Amino acid sequence: MAHHAPEEGRFGRFGGRFVPESLVPACQELEEAFANAWADPEFLSTYRRILADYGGRPTPLTECRRLSEQLGIRLLLKREDLAHTGSHKLNNVIGQALLTKRMGKTRLVAETGAGQHGVATATAAALFGLQCTVYMGETDVRRQELNVFRMRLLGAEVRPVNSGSATLKDAINEAMRDWVGSVEDSHYCLGSVMGPHPYPWMVRELQRVVGDEAAGQCRSATGEDPDFVVACVGGGSNAAGTFAGFVDTKAALVGVEAAGGAAVTNGVLGVVHGMASLFIQDDAGQILEAHSISAGLDYPGVGPEHSFLAESGRAKYVSASDAEVLDAFVALGRTEGIVPALESAHALAWVMKEAGREIPSGSTVVLTLSGRGDKDVAQVMEMGII
Amino acid sequence: MTQTLAPQSLEETLRSARDRGKKLLVPYVTGGFGDDWPHLVAAVAHAGADAVEVGIPFSDPVMDGPVIQETSRLALQAGATPSSVLADAAREQPGVPLVAMTYYNLAFRAGLERFAAQSHDSGFSGAILADLPLDEAGPWLAAAQAQSLATILLVAPTTPPERMERICKASSGFVYGVGVMGVTGERDALSRSAVEVAKRLKAVTDLPVLIGVGVTDADQARSLCEIADGVIVGSALMRRRLANQSAEEVAEVVAGIRRGLDRG
Repeated sequence: MAHHAPEEGRFGRFGGRFVPESLVPACQELEEAFANAWADPEFLSTYRRILADYGGRPTPLTECRRLSEQLGIRLLLKREDLAHTGSHKLNNVIGQALLTKRMGKTRLVAETGAGQHGVATATAAALFGLQCTVYMGETDVRRQELNVFRMRLLGAEVRPVNSGSATLKDAINEAMRDWVGSVEDSHYCLGSVMGPHPYPWMVRELQRVVGDEAAGQCRSATGEDPDFVVACVGGGSNAAGTFAGFVDTKAALVGVEAAGGAAVTNGVLGVVHGMASLFIQDDAGQILEAHSISAGLDYPGVGPEHSFLAESGRAKYVSASDAEVLDAFVALGRTEGIVPALESAHALAWVMKEAGREIPSGSTVVLTLSGRGDKDVAQVMEMGII
Repeated sequence: MTQTLAPQSLEETLRSARDRGKKLLVPYVTGGFGDDWPHLVAAVAHAGADAVEVGIPFSDPVMDGPVIQETSRLALQAGATPSSVLADAAREQPGVPLVAMTYYNLAFRAGLERFAAQSHDSGFSGAILADLPLDEAGPWLAAAQAQSLATILLVAPTTPPERMERICKASSGFVYGVGVMGVTGERDALSRSAVEVAKRLKAVTDLPVLIGVGVTDADQARSLCEIADGVIVGSALMRRRLANQSAEEVAEVVAGIRRGLDRG
């Protein structure tokens, strides 16, 4: 996970830039703009200053005393739920909004699943005086009503998408269609480590602050690197950012997918949304709908670097069922007073299941809590599980 | 395998028509949409097409606007697969070259060699893969060439000059100039970018230059063909199919565009 751009945007046999010709020049321009910006001390210091003064970084690494005792491990949470807008998504959009200004563009287009990336993009657009259009599947608009209102409150236009499964995959299709027609003045602010080169690399770099901070904080707190580093994976941005900080340590890296959208676990190599990666698809190559309790993980593909890390064996990918996730969602609130996003609860669900089994008792585990669960409270309340 | 399935050379057919002073017309039909779609392929062919573009429906068509998204969705819902569309397209003997239009994942999943062979064996002369740009096209170009299948590459209004030349060198059959920055669909007026792309292409290539995306009616087709060698018309036809017009009614629209082009 070196900082520089991977050759031709490839991570092993994954990645690449499979976009309609209309978008190729824009992807090239973006690649060049990001490569220059990322090597420009002034850009870096502006980016870091905004993340600190405005975004609330560094976020803490919280030791979970009660839950650790129950599980027989030492569990540390990287608290992205405490970042401004309530998730890790801000790290990425601040970087991309700065780039948008640098490229002289005036409008952000984004897709969103759970709404966290949409809210973060709307926030950055407001902060930088950019126009903002967010595409969101109709299904997600319904189950994430609060985030839809937050985006509108921040001045963004939210366009519901009815096509296909009306979730994240279709929101990405629609955002790409918008971008094909608006590329001259608009930047596609993609929310995860996916899509055509340079996005998987760029978004991972913009998210590596999560892993870099956590690695330092873990050493300060425990005197050593953790045994396990765990994060949830949809497209995979919080996991990619987290893993970037630990890839050169002894830590086992574990990505937890939603059982109904587990592209690494159940996917097949394909080329969709600009990238060669693993996708859940039928024999003919038609992409199938993912199903998950969490809108943010409801995606039938995964970022190409995760496919590569899985194939190379450096990271391991597992999945958690909706029921296990709900248990974890409740458990963290009751033992630590922290209500996690349903997405992040996937990572916790795996740790709770495997503590004392695959995770030996006494292990140190760093888990990225990618976001807070306020947005999910209404949905869980309706389920009547409490 | 009947004689009618032997693919005609797309490029030879188009070049010789053009060199006779004819303007080229390539209608688009979504494969698998409507029970009688092979009849529609033949009907538009007989109405004056020089080739027919047959869409193989894909679940995530990012280059397509609402009309072709909808015909694709309905075709998939009716059970269309790449194999069924390829196998059935020439069933009613269109008598002109057929070009498959789809997205890369369907060829990739089938296996590039297998997909190219299947296309050729079903009577197709060329293929357009909307999300496969020049830089990623190497493996597919090799597979298609081995089957004498033309690969039509796209050029956009944003494509810089040097890149445009490289695309034209790698493209065969014809070169597809994308008329507008946007997805497929009808537009009220002919876009200046369509004329501009046509001009730029004609200046650098001897390949037939066809303009598609946003070409809606005979007037637009005729004025574009003052520069371009031909046009591709898709959404304007598929919109009528979605409104339940018959194959004959849609073919009449194609015939109208043909008459417009011939009048010059």
